[in-house]
Amino acid sequence: MASYSDPAMHNKPTSDSEPVPSQPDWQELASRPAFRDLLSAKARFIVPALIFFMVFYLALPILVGYWPDMMKKKIWGEVNVAYLFALSQFFMAWIMAFLYVKVAAGWDKAAAAVIHGQE
Amino acid sequence: MSVSLIMFLAFVGLTLLITFWAAKRNTGASAYFAAGRSITGWQNGFAVAGDYMSAASFLGISGMIYVAGYDGFMYSVGFLVAYITVLLVVAEPLRNAGKYTMADLLAYRLKPRPVRALASLSTLVVSTFYMIAQMVGAGAIIKQLIGISFEPAVIGVGVLMLVYVVFGGMLATTWVQIIKAVLLMVGALMLSYLVLQFHHFSITDFFNSVAHADYGGTEAPKNLMEPGLKFGVAVAGPWGPIDLISLCLGLVLGTAGLPHILVRFYTVPDAKTARSSVVWAMAIIGAFYIMTTLFGFGAATIIKKALLTTDGKLDVNLVAPVLAQVLGGELFFAFISAVAFATILAVVAGLTMSASASFAHDFYSNVIHHGKVNRPGQEIRVARITAFVVGAISIGLAIRLKEVNVAFLVGLAFSVAASANLPVIVLSVFWKRFNTTGAVAGLAVGLVASIILILLGPSGIYGKADAIFPLSNPGIVSIPIGFLAAWLGTLLSPRDPAAEGKFDELKVRAHTGLGSEKATSH
Repeated sequence: MASYSDPAMHNKPTSDSEPVPSQPDWQELASRPAFRDLLSAKARFIVPALIFFMVFYLALPILVGYWPDMMKKKIWGEVNVAYLFALSQFFMAWIMAFLYVKVAAGWDKAAAAVIHGQE
Repeated sequence: MSVSLIMFLAFVGLTLLITFWAAKRNTGASAYFAAGRSITGWQNGFAVAGDYMSAASFLGISGMIYVAGYDGFMYSVGFLVAYITVLLVVAEPLRNAGKYTMADLLAYRLKPRPVRALASLSTLVVSTFYMIAQMVGAGAIIKQLIGISFEPAVIGVGVLMLVYVVFGGMLATTWVQIIKAVLLMVGALMLSYLVLQFHHFSITDFFNSVAHADYGGTEAPKNLMEPGLKFGVAVAGPWGPIDLISLCLGLVLGTAGLPHILVRFYTVPDAKTARSSVVWAMAIIGAFYIMTTLFGFGAATIIKKALLTTDGKLDVNLVAPVLAQVLGGELFFAFISAVAFATILAVVAGLTMSASASFAHDFYSNVIHHGKVNRPGQEIRVARITAFVVGAISIGLAIRLKEVNVAFLVGLAFSVAASANLPVIVLSVFWKRFNTTGAVAGLAVGLVASIILILLGPSGIYGKADAIFPLSNPGIVSIPIGFLAAWLGTLLSPRDPAAEGKFDELKVRAHTGLGSEKATSH
């Protein structure tokens, strides 16, 4: 991660009484096409992922609360739809975390490229 | 001396050694408040898990599933799934743009003093309520498990927590949490194994008995696999399902606003490590809550109810230790009791740490002294004093409120986190027009709305029968109120060119990590 950092650009919003050196040109950085691409790439993954997650997750209490009979249907022995759907939430969360980490590794490279473009 | 007591003392001795080791390394603010940002991904993952899985999780959920079956398991699901919000929305921007507290992120663009003052207030409220809940639980449990009476037990927990925080800072707190997470997982694995062994390793047999749980013949058999025993219309009335939806909403949005969880992301060197630590935490937390299937549902089929009554009352918080006693004998009972004790200590230490850091860094340094505290070590000194004050208040309140409903306090903490903290964190990172008035309105209204709705609700001042507000979990109402207040506060006040001007800076920082705080010790 050393490539991200340039101690000379250390800027602190808080109380440490360290010298505040020259600032990067944030506006210029924000207007770079590479940075805009990074943001839209992130949004393209994160927004649908969050919508899917909220719909999939909130479907559980809604179905359990309002369609209990459907959820009580036994699938395998005493194991019913409700329990399997609840269990599937764990795997949904793990799979989503796995996908996010894979995609985000690419964003790390893109972010490094945005910063290095300035030198 | 009982075996439980010996195990307690072993844990206490180990953690005090760690505190002694950490104290020698605390050579500056970053070391004290953020463990020098030197914690690795897996370590922080374990520490997040150790910070998060409270007595309410381990003891409370086992008890809830024991009584309400499937509906109790809903908590298990929500506690894991909530980490998607943490992972996708808050962890990385927070690590990139902040320093020690949640308010650092907000203070970037907005006027620091009002925003930090309110964010600090909200942090103190969340942490204190959460802490009282843990301490009341701790007192009751320690009383049952090793026979120390309530007041000395609470004071003992409080003093230990202060030793970790005051002398060991974030580094000692982190390692206490890591050890606790390991112990908790070992305990959960052993309990689960014994439950499976009881059912001769037959999953079919296990689920069969869960579907016909009769609590050792003391009750008419009920099917714990079926939803509705707690939130179903037949049990909880027409508001039941809405209360369940509201609970789920509060869990998934509240976790990402819990200050003691958020500050953990400052202890790692960079955003990438923050990300991997969330994934580690999700692996541990998920595995733990899946296992609640075995030792939660399992308890109902294995424990004879009579075992739970020590002084004539049923204490569902003791389900996990009693299950351990039935399946593994006195030694295992002692071990699980020690795990419960470690769990409580690790969580209260994390809460004290985040509360005192927020008061020292946000309120003392930045609100009172305008961010110009030049004497080295002053911030740490104030944090240590705050830890004492917060600790003393929590001990005092826990002793006075020993009859209080613990779920009420935890619910309040989650509700404030979801309704006050999360809206302003999200809007500050993603909405350019967002301004100071909006942040102040969002924090204040979210905080007040949560408190009022819970006080008027079934766990509040009027009791279950006369509650004015029908839901015990106010999230479905209070979260939109928090967002609405932040949004309206912004739109109804003049545009803030300074805040909008700094949006580009925050965006670049949050998404690239440029200029973020670096690790200081190795």
